[in-house]
Amino acid sequence: MNDMNRTWSAYLRQDGRKGIRNRVLVIYTVECSAFVAQEIARRSGNLDVECVGFEGCTDNEYAVRMLISLIRHPNVGAVLAVGLGCEYIQPEWLANIAKEEGKPADWFYIQQSGGTVSSIQKGLDSVKAMLEQLEKTPRVPMTFSELVIGAECGGSDYTSGLAGNVVVGNFFDKLVDAGGTAIFEEIVEAIGLGHLLSERAVDEKAREDIECTYEKALQYCKSVRQYSVSPGNFAGGLSTIEEKSMGAVIKSGSRPIQGVLKVSQKAEKPGLWLLDSTPDPHWMQFGITNPNDNEGLMDLISCGSHITFLVTGRGTVVGSAVAPVIKITGNSATYAKMIDDMDFDAGKVLDGRTTQPALAQELVDMVCEVASGKLTKSEALGHKEYFIPYKFQEKEVVRRACEQ
Amino acid sequence: MQTAFQIGRDDNVATALTELQEGQVQLNADASVATLSAREHIPVGHKIALQDIEAGEKIVKYSVVIGEATVSIKAGSWVHLHCMKSCYDERSSHLDIHTGAPTDIEYT
Repeated sequence: MNDMNRTWSAYLRQDGRKGIRNRVLVIYTVECSAFVAQEIARRSGNLDVECVGFEGCTDNEYAVRMLISLIRHPNVGAVLAVGLGCEYIQPEWLANIAKEEGKPADWFYIQQSGGTVSSIQKGLDSVKAMLEQLEKTPRVPMTFSELVIGAECGGSDYTSGLAGNVVVGNFFDKLVDAGGTAIFEEIVEAIGLGHLLSERAVDEKAREDIECTYEKALQYCKSVRQYSVSPGNFAGGLSTIEEKSMGAVIKSGSRPIQGVLKVSQKAEKPGLWLLDSTPDPHWMQFGITNPNDNEGLMDLISCGSHITFLVTGRGTVVGSAVAPVIKITGNSATYAKMIDDMDFDAGKVLDGRTTQPALAQELVDMVCEVASGKLTKSEALGHKEYFIPYKFQEKEVVRRACEQ
Repeated sequence: MQTAFQIGRDDNVATALTELQEGQVQLNADASVATLSAREHIPVGHKIALQDIEAGEKIVKYSVVIGEATVSIKAGSWVHLHCMKSCYDERSSHLDIHTGAPTDIEYT
């Protein structure tokens, strides 16, 4: 376990958390200011300046909490909030939250700044000043015990459950044993395995929270008449939802589950956590559970993940704003075909070129490098996807679903 | 070479890593059996029975029950929608074996 004692240089934030990147977040508060915000990020010519935002003009508490969690994220060093001038989300509030965190922050309304051209210039000036300030961010050593990593899968095939998710599970065991924090999600892909998750609960509260979250996911699947399994999955060799679920749940490893995180909620203690991204009742009015991979990654990042793992079999090219994505495939053919996009080939274990323990060690090495500043494939290519939908979610696990 | 991968030591199925034809199949080094004879064509990513499985017996992969046999299955056979079903999803025994599309609703 000595290799889990390694340290790297990180950015110290006022709240004591440490970041592995020092990013400037340009946030738009409505679709109407998205172009200006995106242009500011693009024209800055700096990979550490990135854009996220919410398209809605009307209120959605879930989305606002998500933006606030990104502002407070340890990988973010400074914030520029760009509004149009008539939307619900107030850029000034967002900038003030950043300032309370000790992060350089600025905001403006396009309507008060004279339109596209002058707004972009104003934003660029602001970002330039922030980048200069960020050079003074204190650097401190960071260890695996302070690291938070989230994992999800997308574009899965039969190799995901055999190799890709298995190496993540083995890595998560190592991370948790080293005192770090691991987050896994996709509770709708745990159907059939509720007992397996709840019996791994660390205590009674965690067990009840997991049971209620599982029960809610089951109710959700019933009410939308859709389990998370498709004809393509069956054609690919998966015979039941339980089989697909196990392939997904295996990425959680084997350690006790500390409890359930809601989107935008920080883990209160280290260890392994289940993230609930399923909407709470009102779901038919507000939101579907995982509209795409980037929404899932955003959920993991909103809970404080410094890095995320995206496990794929068929292949995917996305990255993410705020936290680097390490793309892992269990399919060596996909790895070879998409070498510019894939970070990690877990398929080597299937043809005997390596063993699971050796593979988990390789992933430790890669995480250490990425935490130290090495760019992942998607970071280097400039992938900065993000997705923040309208959704309704309670702040805590609701007990009523399983009390009925 | 035809290969398949067994995950848990107590699994009664393995996953085809190559498209399998009738004949010998090599298992991964830490599998419970070294080789096995495929009885029929099995597509890549699909499951092959490692032993005879009785109707009603559980199908085990990842050391976890992933469904149950609906008919008796001989070692080396293709294990899929035609011979097993979910313990949860009641529609799972009504799926087209090749496309996976549900066959319990007739669209007219």
